[in-house]
Amino acid sequence: MREYDIVVVGAGPAGSMAAMEAAKQGASVLIIEKRQEAGSPVRCAEGVGKEGLLKTGIKIDNRWIANEVKGAKLIAPNRITVELSSEHAGNEVGFVLERKIFDRYLLCEAARCGADVMMKSSALGVIKDENGIKGIEVESSDGVHRIESKVVIACDGRESKVARSAGIDTKLKLKDTESCAEYLMVNVDYDKDFTHFYVGQCYAPGGYVWIFPKGDGIANVGIGVLGSKIGKRTGYPKELLDRFIKNNREFEAAKIVEHMSGTVPVALPLEKTYIDGLLIAGDAAHLTDPITGGGIINAMVSGKLAGSVAAKHVYEHTELSEYEKLWKKELESALIRDYIMKERFVNMSDNTLNLIADSLKDYRFSDLGMGGIIDAIKEKHPELMSELEGLI
Amino acid sequence: MNENISCNQSKCLYCGGCVPICPRNSITLRETRIEIDDSCNRCLLCLRICPVGALEVLEAKA
Repeated sequence: MREYDIVVVGAGPAGSMAAMEAAKQGASVLIIEKRQEAGSPVRCAEGVGKEGLLKTGIKIDNRWIANEVKGAKLIAPNRITVELSSEHAGNEVGFVLERKIFDRYLLCEAARCGADVMMKSSALGVIKDENGIKGIEVESSDGVHRIESKVVIACDGRESKVARSAGIDTKLKLKDTESCAEYLMVNVDYDKDFTHFYVGQCYAPGGYVWIFPKGDGIANVGIGVLGSKIGKRTGYPKELLDRFIKNNREFEAAKIVEHMSGTVPVALPLEKTYIDGLLIAGDAAHLTDPITGGGIINAMVSGKLAGSVAAKHVYEHTELSEYEKLWKKELESALIRDYIMKERFVNMSDNTLNLIADSLKDYRFSDLGMGGIIDAIKEKHPELMSELEGLI
Repeated sequence: MNENISCNQSKCLYCGGCVPICPRNSITLRETRIEIDDSCNRCLLCLRICPVGALEVLEAKA
């Protein structure tokens, strides 16, 4: 039997930030990771906003920045391109990361701050009694261990098995899940200064196709399709991605050098992200942005808050509910706004998207501002205003 | 009981996307393998969410 103040499950961005923060505050921390290495296999488009990343307090390190972009290009079904500058493109522009290096870097930082690390160790479930969660049962290469702790922080991604084992409903609905396939490709002919998003049912029903350049003609090329829109007629996301690549001349000379897949919660956050002895952070708490699908920054922000509140709980008896208050203050309004927007966006017709793009094609978002966008649409396609009511 | 849903290992990228969609919590990702336990009631949500079409229904053997 081993004991720690805090056990963190999962060594992704949420888990490493949680462990780092708790260890910095002097708590004894163990981080367990079921894989044999952090950050691999990648199941992510690797885009993060610059502002967001700076906000986490992590020092930018060129070892894990593959590329910095100036903005995003949105391509409508009619191929009209609308350009967004970095400050308008939300979570998904700024840097394209190397997650394999980034995740390992964060884990090393957590370990340097004093956290113990157990790799290749799976959480089997929480240990609980009538007063709450008392620790976690872990399966390692040398057998099953019971590890007691004052707080367990679940950062086990959108599988969210730890929270489930504690009795919290973490199931995702098809309509709240994007199913994603992605390739790392080389010899891709795209402007490396922009991330590219192909938006429309014709490309990706209820989602989008992305090209995130990593420099030297290398890019993450992926597709997200809303689960409820996948059927026998559409084919599965990897098939749709293959078709997209075949139909676009930018990929004529391109070669696939890595296969990736994943699913992303585009749901509302979990209704409860703490119980006695347990905090839930990052994708496990469904804190990914429902419009962009970006989850890294919210995972880091919520992980850090969870680590901080857990440490204060150990030392100062701060209530764990404080964690939920803090992440809600930081993230909730944007998540709810973007969920509402997503519910509208996933059913938007290609015709509507074409008309919006047509209204905006002569502008740059950076020159327009929100009011300007509405004015531009009103002027060119006033018939859209009723459909877009409440959305912009 | 669950022999008629199976994961095609030559397609699966072990992303675990099927895990949180399962209403019965029947699926576990263990390293590179998807395991489906006996609680599966063949609702087939996992087939719909799999990004690479790796989950398949096998016809029950006579």
